[in-house]
Amino acid sequence: MITQALLRALDKKALWLVAILVALAIAVPAANLMIPPGQPGHVPIYVVTLFGKYLTYAMLALALDLVWGYCGILSLGHGAFFALGGYAMGMYLMRQIGDRGVYANPVLPDFMVFLNWKELPWYWMGFDQFWFAALMIVLVPGLLAFVFGFFAFRSRVTGVYLSIITQAMTFALLLAFFRNDMGFGGNNGLTDFKDILGQPVQAATTRGALFAATAVALALSVFVCSMIVNSKLGKVMIAVRDAESRTRFLGYRVEYVKLFAFTVSAVMAGVAGALYVPQVGIINPGEFEPANSIEIVIWTAVGGRGTIVGPIIGAVVVNMGKSYFTGALPEFWLYALGALFVFVTLFLPKGIVGLLGQWRAVSRRHEPARPAAGEAQASDAEERGEDPTTLIGDPQPKPAE
Amino acid sequence: MINAQDTMLYLDGVSVAFDGFKALNNLSIIVRPAEMLAIIGPNGAGKTTMMDIITGKTRPDAGEVYFDGRTDLTRLDEAAIANLGIGRKFQKPTVFESQTVWDNLEMALKKPRGIVRTLFYVAGDEDIARIEEILETVRLTDRKEDLAADLSHGQKQWLEIGMLLAQDPKLLLVDEPVAGMTDAETGETARLLTEIARTRSVVVVEHDMSFVRDLATRVVCLAEGSVLAEGSLEQVSANPIVIERYLGR
Repeated sequence: MITQALLRALDKKALWLVAILVALAIAVPAANLMIPPGQPGHVPIYVVTLFGKYLTYAMLALALDLVWGYCGILSLGHGAFFALGGYAMGMYLMRQIGDRGVYANPVLPDFMVFLNWKELPWYWMGFDQFWFAALMIVLVPGLLAFVFGFFAFRSRVTGVYLSIITQAMTFALLLAFFRNDMGFGGNNGLTDFKDILGQPVQAATTRGALFAATAVALALSVFVCSMIVNSKLGKVMIAVRDAESRTRFLGYRVEYVKLFAFTVSAVMAGVAGALYVPQVGIINPGEFEPANSIEIVIWTAVGGRGTIVGPIIGAVVVNMGKSYFTGALPEFWLYALGALFVFVTLFLPKGIVGLLGQWRAVSRRHEPARPAAGEAQASDAEERGEDPTTLIGDPQPKPAE
Repeated sequence: MINAQDTMLYLDGVSVAFDGFKALNNLSIIVRPAEMLAIIGPNGAGKTTMMDIITGKTRPDAGEVYFDGRTDLTRLDEAAIANLGIGRKFQKPTVFESQTVWDNLEMALKKPRGIVRTLFYVAGDEDIARIEEILETVRLTDRKEDLAADLSHGQKQWLEIGMLLAQDPKLLLVDEPVAGMTDAETGETARLLTEIARTRSVVVVEHDMSFVRDLATRVVCLAEGSVLAEGSLEQVSANPIVIERYLGR
C-alpha cells in the first residue's frame, strides 16, 4: 500500500523536476570546483551561493503553495516558520564559534557576554550538537504551526481573517525577537559564523556542499508535495479549497486536513530557513518582517499556484529580478514588485506555468490535424460564451457556498 | 407523539430563531427506516433550515433531534453526522468542479476518513467496481474522466446523487433534486430516488408538484417553520389551509 503511494508520487513531471534538481546539485558545485576560474563553464562562488539562496526561497514558496495553492489557506506568516528554522540553525552555528568570538568566551556567544550574561539560557542547551539543532529545525516550526493551526482551524477561522492572524503571528515574533532579553541577539541577530559540521562556512567546498544540500532538500520537498497532492488526501485538500462546507458534509474533518497541510508546510519552510542561514551568513529579526511573508505569496502567484513547478520558477525568477533591480535601480524595486503582482493578478491568474499551458494549447489549436473532440469542446465553449482557453487546465477555484 | 425508537429520523419540538425571526417553530417530523418523505412548502418555510439542523450546520434553540432512534444529532458536528450515515444533497448542485467525475465519487466513497488512511489510500478492485456501478446508475460512465465543471446542470445534480450513493448513507436528505432538469430527466430522477428508498430513508424537498406526484409517497407541507399538513399528496393538496397558504386558489 505504501509503496504504491510512493510510486504515485513520482509522476512524470515530478520525476523530471527531481532529476533536474539532483543534476544541479552535482553540476553547479562541480562547475565551481573542477573548472578553474577564467575557463568557460566556470561558475563563480558568489553565483553558487546566490542560487543556493534562491533555491531555499523556492522551497519556501513550494511550502506556501501546498497550503495556499492546494488547500486554499492564504498564510501571510510563512516567513515566520522560515525564520524559526533559520534561528535554530543560527544557534547551532553560534555555538560552533566557541572561543573564536571577540570576547573569546568558550561557551557564551558574544552578544551574551556583551549583555553581561553569566550562563547560557536553558533554551540554548543542546544547540552545540548538530543532531539536536536539526531536530529543532523541524520541531519548532512544526509545533508552532500545529498549535496555531489547531486553534485557528478548529474555530473555523478562514479566508481573510486567517491571513490576518498569520500576519499578526509573524509580527508578534518580530517584536519578540527584537528584544535583547529574549536571548536571540536582539536587533543584530546571529552572525559571524565560523564552522558548520567542522568545515569553515566560507570555504568553496562548504558552499558547494550547502548548494547541493539545498537542491537535494528541494528535490525531496518536491517528492513529498507530489506524493501528498497525488494522493486521495491531495484531492480532499483541493475539495476543501473549492467547497469547504461540502467536504465537511462528505464526512471529512476539514480542520485536520488543513492542520496536516499547514504543519507539513511549516516544517518544509523551517528546513528552507535552516539552509538559508549558513549561505547568507546572518539571521536577524528582519526575517520575521510581514512584508517578507507577502513576498512569498507574490513568488508563488507569479510562478503559478496549485502546481508543483510554479512556485519554484516564481521564486527564482522574481528573486533574480530583485537581485538585478536592487543593484541597478534600487529605488524602483518595490514599485516593480507591486506592479508585477498587479499584472499577474489581472492578466496571469495561473502565473507563468498557466501562461505556458495556455500557449501550448493555442499552438496546438493552430496545428492542421487537430483532434475532433478538442474542436467540438472548444466550439461548444465558444457558443456558451466562454473563453476556450479557460477549458485548458483546471478551472479557477470558487469560494465555498 | 410516538417513541424515537424504530425511527430513522426523529424531530420533536424543534425551534430555532435567527435574530428574532423564527425559522423553525416547534417542528416535529418522523422518518421511518426505508421510507421516503417529500417535504413541500413555500419559500421561507424552514425546509433548508431543517436540513441544516439535521446535518449539524445549525444548532436548534430547543427540541430533540435523534437519528436511528438513539443518536442525538444536536451534539455532533457535520463530519461526525456524515460519518454516522446521513448524506445531503444541496439545493444548488455542489460538486468539486476542478476535479474529475471519478475523483468526486472516489472522495465520497465510504472509506476511512482519517488523514493517514486517506494519504495512503489506494483504490482496490472492490472500490473501482463500486464507483463504476454508481457511474452506471447515474449515467455518467462516458464522462468519468471529465471535470465536474464541464457537466450540464442536470448531470451535476446526478453526480451529486451519485456521491450520496457512494457515501452509502442510511438517510439521504435531498434538496430540490430536479431544479433545472428536463422532464425526461425529472422522471428518471423520480425513478432513481424511489429505487434508493427501498433500502434507505430518503427525505426530498421539492417545489415541483408533478415530481412529487411521481414519487407517490407521504408528503409533509411546511409553512412558517412548522407542519401545516401531512398525508398523501392528494390529502395535502386538498387541505384548505395548504391551498390558502401555499398552493394558491
